[in-house]
Amino acid sequence: MPVIEVNKLNKWYGDFHVLKDINQTVEKGEVLVICGPSGSGKSTFIRCVNRLEEYQKGEVLFNGQDIQAKSVNVNQLRADIGIVFQQFNLYPHLTVLKNITLAPLKVKKTPRNQAEENGLALLERVGIHDQAHKYPAELSGGQQQRVAIARALAMRPQVMLFDEPTSALDPEMINEVLNVMKDLAREGMTMLCVTHEMGFAREVADRVIFMDSGIIVEEAPPDVFFNNPKHDRTKAFLKEIL
Amino acid sequence: MHWDIVWQNFDYFLWGAFPQGPLGGLAASILLAALGIFGAFWLGLAAGLMRLSKRIWVQIPSIVYIEIIRGVPLLMLIFWFYFLAPVILGRRLPEFECALVALIVFTGAYIGEIVRAGVQSLPRGQMEAARGTGLSHAQAMTHIILPQALRNMIPSFVNQFVSLTKDTSLAYIIGVNELTKAATTVNNRTVVAPTEIFITIALLYFVVCYVLTSASRRMEKHLSRYQARGR
Repeated sequence: MPVIEVNKLNKWYGDFHVLKDINQTVEKGEVLVICGPSGSGKSTFIRCVNRLEEYQKGEVLFNGQDIQAKSVNVNQLRADIGIVFQQFNLYPHLTVLKNITLAPLKVKKTPRNQAEENGLALLERVGIHDQAHKYPAELSGGQQQRVAIARALAMRPQVMLFDEPTSALDPEMINEVLNVMKDLAREGMTMLCVTHEMGFAREVADRVIFMDSGIIVEEAPPDVFFNNPKHDRTKAFLKEIL
Repeated sequence: MHWDIVWQNFDYFLWGAFPQGPLGGLAASILLAALGIFGAFWLGLAAGLMRLSKRIWVQIPSIVYIEIIRGVPLLMLIFWFYFLAPVILGRRLPEFECALVALIVFTGAYIGEIVRAGVQSLPRGQMEAARGTGLSHAQAMTHIILPQALRNMIPSFVNQFVSLTKDTSLAYIIGVNELTKAATTVNNRTVVAPTEIFITIALLYFVVCYVLTSASRRMEKHLSRYQARGR
């Protein structure tokens, strides 16, 4: 059974049709890269998967279960699907470690010492265990984004969503974040990444999706996508960003 | 000048006839202000959070409350509770309680608006990040939104609390034995020293309000320490 199945997903903002009949199937361990011009609906699409955005038509299945079903606990759903944002969105009033342990403590009721142990291990994994007791404002952008990844991983999610995780970073910090994401991909995490980092896509993506005006225009494994795109719009887009 | 009259009655200005009689003077004003601030904070917090609710039937009572109160003078409110309480409750409320309830209800409406604005001014990403990790709306409010928003609100809160402290003098109108009442009583009895007496109580009000503002400034600094350390 696929981890995520999206069938004929449609969303409107008022009269504006953002997502038009999106279909996707994501298997366990797959890495999907979604690219496209701004306003194409790619962020909206992945934010529908953990219901940060509600949609009006179609369905999203998580492990076969319709996520809009009444029986679904939305907080449980979000605990199982981690998300990393463009603007990091760390909690500025909490230390790095507390940023990470808050959800495990409050949602999963993990005992404090265990949550902190996990938190420190995650910080080690993203390479910043020495910053555990600092506040987010004391870290660089790249470090903050790695904390945000650790915060999402602390809930031991089955799927990770990345919403343009490197777009707000200075160029010299992009790689430290991408490397963490590559490690995650190689460890078998199921990932949906909205990103324009084509090097990342080439290296770890199983499929690349190109979206434009709310439609999935093209979808292919990375080598085909980059070397032999079918649609003119994809070609034009790739020419712009490569 | 008759500063001796002020001096002779200074303890009466500070705490009224206490401990032989009831607590009055500045002590009663401070008590009224402190209880008023406490009540107005919680009432305002509730009103502000209700105002932010997505559910219309939760919003409406809060909107009605805030809009009505903001359109009514405080003095009118004090009269309402004083004259209407017997009609509604069938018995008179003590003056102190009347004034206290009026102050709480009045200030709570303004606090409610401050809370709403403070919560709305936080970046949306904070709520999204909290909800995105599985926290419920209430948990996100308690642990992420309110700790940040309330700190940002401190200057506005202090404005309201200082206003409330000064507004306790209006309780004089229904006969609450606080600082303004004490001053009037002494003035009526001694007649010759109104200037000295009212300068003195003005200073007393000023000292209380000044202590309040400087304490809050210190608290704000303490709570903002995570920003001060920023790169």
